[in-house]
Amino acid sequence: MDYANSFGHIVPELVLTGAALALLLVSAFAGDKASRLVSILAAVALGGAGVVAGSTLVEGTSGVTAVAFGGLLSADAFAGFAKLLMYVAAIGCLMIAPGFFDHRKAMKPEYPVLVLFATVGMSIMVSATDLITLYIGLELNSLAAYVLASFLRNDSRSAEAGLKYFVLGALASGILLYGMSLTYGFTGTTSFDGIRIAQETGLSTGALFGLIFVLAGLAFKISAVPFHMWTPDVYEGAPTPVTTFFATAPKVAAIALTARVALDAFGSQPDAWRQVVIFAALASIVVGALGAIGQNNLKRLLAYSSINNVGFILVGLAAASAEGASAMLFYLAIYVVMSLGSFAAVLMLRNGDGDNLETFEDIAGLSSTRPGIAWCLAALMFSLAGIPPLMGFFAKLAVFWAVVNAGLIPLAVIGMAASVIGAFYYLKFVKVMFFDEPVDRATKGASAAQWAILVVCTVLISPLGWFLTGALEAMTDTAAAGLFAGV
Amino acid sequence: MEGLPILSLMLLVPLVGAVLCMMSNATNARWIALIATLIDLVLGIALWLNFDIGGAQWQFTERADLFAGFQYALGIDGIALMLIMLSVFLMPICILASWTSVTKRVGEYMAAFLIMELLMIGVFAAQDILLFYIFFEAGLIPMYLIIGIWGGSDRIYASFKFFLYTLLGSVVMLIAMLWMIGEAGTSSIPVLLQYDFAPEAQTWLWLAFFASFAVKMPMWPVHTWLPAAHVQAPTAGSVILAGVLLKLGGYGFIRFSLPMFPEASAQFVWLVFGLSMAAVVITSLIALVQQDMKKLIAYSSVAHMAIVTAGLFAFNFQGLEGAMVMMLSHGLVSGALFLCVGVIYDRLHTREIARYGGLAINMPRYALFFLLFTMASIGLPGTSGFVAEFISLAGVYQISSTTTFVLTTGIILGAGYMLYLYRRVVFGEQKNADAAAMPDLNAREWLMLTPVAAAVLWMGVYPESFLAPMRSDIAAVEARIARAAPQGDAMPTAGEPREHAANYVAGDHGGGEGEHGGSAGTESEH
Repeated sequence: MDYANSFGHIVPELVLTGAALALLLVSAFAGDKASRLVSILAAVALGGAGVVAGSTLVEGTSGVTAVAFGGLLSADAFAGFAKLLMYVAAIGCLMIAPGFFDHRKAMKPEYPVLVLFATVGMSIMVSATDLITLYIGLELNSLAAYVLASFLRNDSRSAEAGLKYFVLGALASGILLYGMSLTYGFTGTTSFDGIRIAQETGLSTGALFGLIFVLAGLAFKISAVPFHMWTPDVYEGAPTPVTTFFATAPKVAAIALTARVALDAFGSQPDAWRQVVIFAALASIVVGALGAIGQNNLKRLLAYSSINNVGFILVGLAAASAEGASAMLFYLAIYVVMSLGSFAAVLMLRNGDGDNLETFEDIAGLSSTRPGIAWCLAALMFSLAGIPPLMGFFAKLAVFWAVVNAGLIPLAVIGMAASVIGAFYYLKFVKVMFFDEPVDRATKGASAAQWAILVVCTVLISPLGWFLTGALEAMTDTAAAGLFAGV
Repeated sequence: MEGLPILSLMLLVPLVGAVLCMMSNATNARWIALIATLIDLVLGIALWLNFDIGGAQWQFTERADLFAGFQYALGIDGIALMLIMLSVFLMPICILASWTSVTKRVGEYMAAFLIMELLMIGVFAAQDILLFYIFFEAGLIPMYLIIGIWGGSDRIYASFKFFLYTLLGSVVMLIAMLWMIGEAGTSSIPVLLQYDFAPEAQTWLWLAFFASFAVKMPMWPVHTWLPAAHVQAPTAGSVILAGVLLKLGGYGFIRFSLPMFPEASAQFVWLVFGLSMAAVVITSLIALVQQDMKKLIAYSSVAHMAIVTAGLFAFNFQGLEGAMVMMLSHGLVSGALFLCVGVIYDRLHTREIARYGGLAINMPRYALFFLLFTMASIGLPGTSGFVAEFISLAGVYQISSTTTFVLTTGIILGAGYMLYLYRRVVFGEQKNADAAAMPDLNAREWLMLTPVAAAVLWMGVYPESFLAPMRSDIAAVEARIARAAPQGDAMPTAGEPREHAANYVAGDHGGGEGEHGGSAGTESEH
């Protein structure tokens, strides 16, 4: 085995691990004063890792050339694209954090360090081509995430969120492990290639149970219905920058992982998991939309919105084709931009004392008092609702196109019709901000970094973003081809 | 017009105007919006003058590969040209109508209208089916904001109903479009127009498109969003809604449903005719009992659009031509009626019919304009409404005399509710002192109403100007759907041609048609 070659494939993970360990030492000795420095260095490390990961995308690395450590990991273009997206999202989450934590005197250098550790875990997740590495990556990410959820130690909601996340996350990991052990027992291997080849001749009942349990465990991680119930509580309780992080980077990782497991490990039996995915997709779209209607807390509402969006991404997975995988990544990229932008906008809503505002009453008539934030947020909401000419429409277009080409017309019709339910609560955002009488509670200014994130995200999802669709589609096609080259 | 991308320019002008409006104060925003819409009007006139009647089917074509999945492709035929002209003609009038009545957030208001204009021109000029869909759907956003921010007291309900209703109608159409692109291998509208889909598939595709266009049209019974939206929208919003947005449904039928799915269209003629008949009678009766002026005109719109749908599905040249004229005429007339309502609403701030009365005494000039548009709505000869109703009903008559009979009843009812409205508002006693004290039209209102009145009369007296550019395109649609033309219940048979004119009397030596001596001779023999 050529270790040098294998290490060459995991440069992004090595960079991030090294940076995380070094910065952990810095934060241990320098204390809270170094938060800013640690954040900047963490962002630099993420950027560097992103450049390396992006190179696989440019080269279109795939198949045998990407395999590291005898089939434990694959640094193919698919993983490269997911990593790039995660690193960009993580940088965004680092940028918006100080504006939130500083006010509470809670900005600690552990935040960027934990984000780095979580990102290492996610990188392993998206590269994993073996059940064992999958689990290691998932747990590394989850452990860091549990701590991040309860990062505001003195806030009971934050502590509650961390505990809830931990207990339910442990349950999900148990389900996942059970499924993995069944799969191992019935196929005799933990490698994705081995599982796929073993199942080419047929799927025994035990192996089917294994498949279902693995998907159930992963559905928890991507918060797909019926394993979504933790999401609104955790999203509401966790500090908003952490919520932003949960809604973006780990979601990309978990979805990319799910796609790889479904299309690679269980790729020889697509009919076995397709109905599960279709159910989860439609249920997520409907429950995510209906659940959001009654919400008054913006973060809770955005949690339901993320459940809703996961449903649409799973629609792309149900196509079980390279086009479907490409559409999923296309959707993910736009979803990350939209989530980052909307959470940044929520973070920027602060009252005169600097406390964050989180309910609909607080943003009534925002368009008169803070037109900048209101217009950006309105564009993001229309985009999330999938109304052209905003980019959210193109995301939905891509997944439904893939599904129609795969011949699943009823799924496309039902999914698209259900998207109208979701449009209702996105419109409610606009209604409250533009049609209601102003209350003028959001008076405090926001940090420059938060403005930058909001404006960049809004520009990307505006019609100006159309010009990027060509490049983005080329990237997602390369990534999807990388995933399917190994199959 | 070699080299000058006039259609792109027409899209660019309102876009630039909208951006400028967002950044300006109220007065500047009004002027910027007016100038931008006037530039577009001039460009539209240039488009019409340079349109080669009888030339290539698609003119002023532009295309560019800018985006993934679809093309930026523009181009117009005669049908699109006329609808673009209607849009650019009504737009400056809308801006004038909002000149003083809109006082809050003027910049954003004007920007929303300019974006609306961009999207409407885009819908009619799009040559790529996905580009069409983007323009078609995107119109929801500015209209939602216009109704929601600047609308009446119940604006939130109306704006949500408008948005969700039309969105639900459209999303299924998108799936149908994606399937068509996959099947035909292209998203170009001119190519798709020539593609023959399997008849079984056509049925589903037709229904998917129908769901969208029937809501936009709006056809009974999915029209209920329209009265709500009209009543709550500000005057100019109603004008645009009635004048142009309702035409998107009819445009969709003539551009997509009929020529792309002729067999399915023939299969569903009973449905369209049935809904049209129901719409004409039911909504006319509803209009008769309305207490709110805008609601009355909104219901009359539904009735008029039903004649459009019946004409479109008559499967003959006259029906299609009549439907197109009806769309243009209704765009002008109902737009003008909403303007008339707006004029008195600005003075008294109520749309309740009972609050007015005897306006002919203190507002004689206003009464004149209102009368003209009322008559045009009824379909009095000499106005555009007559041409529209006559041609479309003549077309429908060739295929179904029953339908024509019911539709004609609607016209009688139409005369009923419009004259009743006019009597209550303009004639009679001056019941309320404040209504009696209202001043007559000012210069701005003259400027708004005169061009529309002129256009209504022009279309009524010399419709050829409007028919000529559309003729060959309507003939192309007719040729495309002829193979599927259904057997109607009216079976007109050609009689023996008469040797002489109808007023010929045996023994009369002159006998020439319309000749003075002939008719004099007839009288003398009696």
